[in-house]
Amino acid sequence: MNDIAWIDAALTSARPQAMGALLRYFRDLDTAEEAYQEACLRALRTWPEKGPPRDAASWLIMVGRNAALDGVRRRSRQAELPPEDQISDVDDVETPMAERLDGAHYRDDILRLMFICCHPDLPATQQIALALRIVSGLSVKQIARAFLVGEAAMEQRITRAKARIAKAETPFETPGPAERAERLAAVAAMVYLVFNEGYSAGAEAAEIRARLSEEAIRLARLLQRLFQAEPEIMGLTALMLLQHARSPARFDADGAIVLLEDQDRLLWNRDLIAEGLALIDKAMRHRRAGPYQVQAAISALHARAARPQDTDWVAIEALYAALEIMTPSPVVTLNRAVAVSKARGPAEALAMIEPLEAALGGYFYFFGAQGSFLLQLGRGAEAKQAFDRAVSLANTAAEAAHIRRQIDRLTTDATG
Amino acid sequence: MLYALLCYNSEDMVFSWSKAEDEAVMAKLGVVQERLAANGKLGPSLRLLPTTAATTLRKSDPPMVIDGPFAETKEQLLGLYVLDCDDLDEALEIAGELGRANPGGAYEIRPLLLYLPGTLPVKAASG
Repeated sequence: MNDIAWIDAALTSARPQAMGALLRYFRDLDTAEEAYQEACLRALRTWPEKGPPRDAASWLIMVGRNAALDGVRRRSRQAELPPEDQISDVDDVETPMAERLDGAHYRDDILRLMFICCHPDLPATQQIALALRIVSGLSVKQIARAFLVGEAAMEQRITRAKARIAKAETPFETPGPAERAERLAAVAAMVYLVFNEGYSAGAEAAEIRARLSEEAIRLARLLQRLFQAEPEIMGLTALMLLQHARSPARFDADGAIVLLEDQDRLLWNRDLIAEGLALIDKAMRHRRAGPYQVQAAISALHARAARPQDTDWVAIEALYAALEIMTPSPVVTLNRAVAVSKARGPAEALAMIEPLEAALGGYFYFFGAQGSFLLQLGRGAEAKQAFDRAVSLANTAAEAAHIRRQIDRLTTDATG
Repeated sequence: MLYALLCYNSEDMVFSWSKAEDEAVMAKLGVVQERLAANGKLGPSLRLLPTTAATTLRKSDPPMVIDGPFAETKEQLLGLYVLDCDDLDEALEIAGELGRANPGGAYEIRPLLLYLPGTLPVKAASG
């Protein structure tokens, strides 16, 4: 790896910790970002010559802090300034910082940095964009591409989100255990939003958006290193790894969506699956089940089945039943019904989703599942009606095409 | 003399490599490894999952299971086992048994991503 690539990787890796500490010092996101940017510029100037510092994050924090304070002094013209090269000297920087940075501090710094992106007033898309910008350090251009919007629009969206945060009370005091747990839960949800933003993409944008899923996994691993004994964080990481492992098989050559049971399982990423399964093992030992762990356990059962017919649908149905109790929602019940149809047949599944129509009447998957159950029961005409409604509610061309193929099959079967 | 080569790098960076980048590195390594194996120079080589997948068993009485990698600096890496287990519980059970035979210190239990047996025959370490 060349110098610049190495420095780039080191800066990306150190960013959450450095930004988190600078935010604590300056209590203002823009000042912290400017300080961090300045520190990065100086790193690019001095690291190739002097070699990388032992602790990149501490270096960036100290240099960034000095640069920002320097800027304040310069603006207020209160003091004579020392020459710049003395301020950013590597040896000066590391010794005092090493003492100042104990592990607990930096854990809360990173958590706070991620937590401010989860402000409840911010819509999900703004939370995601903000996290990618300030925690991950993606450029506005990269984020705009991932969201399939123009750069100016994305710039505006991020500026608006930042303005809202600036007005809100950012919690700078050290959190107590209960608050810390609350923040961690909010941050975990935000990380999963980032993942899904990448994962829900159609085939056209899959490659750019895969970057978001990968970034979410990176953030989850970071959270897990900070909070090592949290089974739900292990569950979240496992869930994302196991889902992401299936990405190479999710679209066919024409960009049409391939259902789980039709996917070529040889395309699944075995390395990601190994890591996901290891994490689920770890999480289960805690005997403190939670929604991420249960969803990861469901994904694990799919990952463990070499062929679709080897899938343990009875266990999956039981896990969805557990999830229904933890996080009741019609979508969870719908998923459970799909498992029921495999484990005990379509009649029971159809009865199960009947009461959901009021809640899920605008949901593509509801009519897709309903059509499929009806089809299995030999009620072709009703199945076609359900599939037609699914097509009209499809969010992407790939979804619509998938249902149309089912309809085509139906018509061929009826006529031929 | 037999030597162990312990590989260190930033896991944040290595596990952020794209599949193509990862494959490129593994292919380059493969060329070197193949030659070493053909010359009878290469024993088992392993690739570990990141530390987030690690569990540590402190060999106290009773043993204590801690999430995460071994993090103490006052003890040093002195050896290594490769075990074939159904799951983490079995790995911890075996680690506990070994720990009773040799108390003190800790075992970090880290799942493997890759295991290559190599071509070295059984021999004395100093042979």
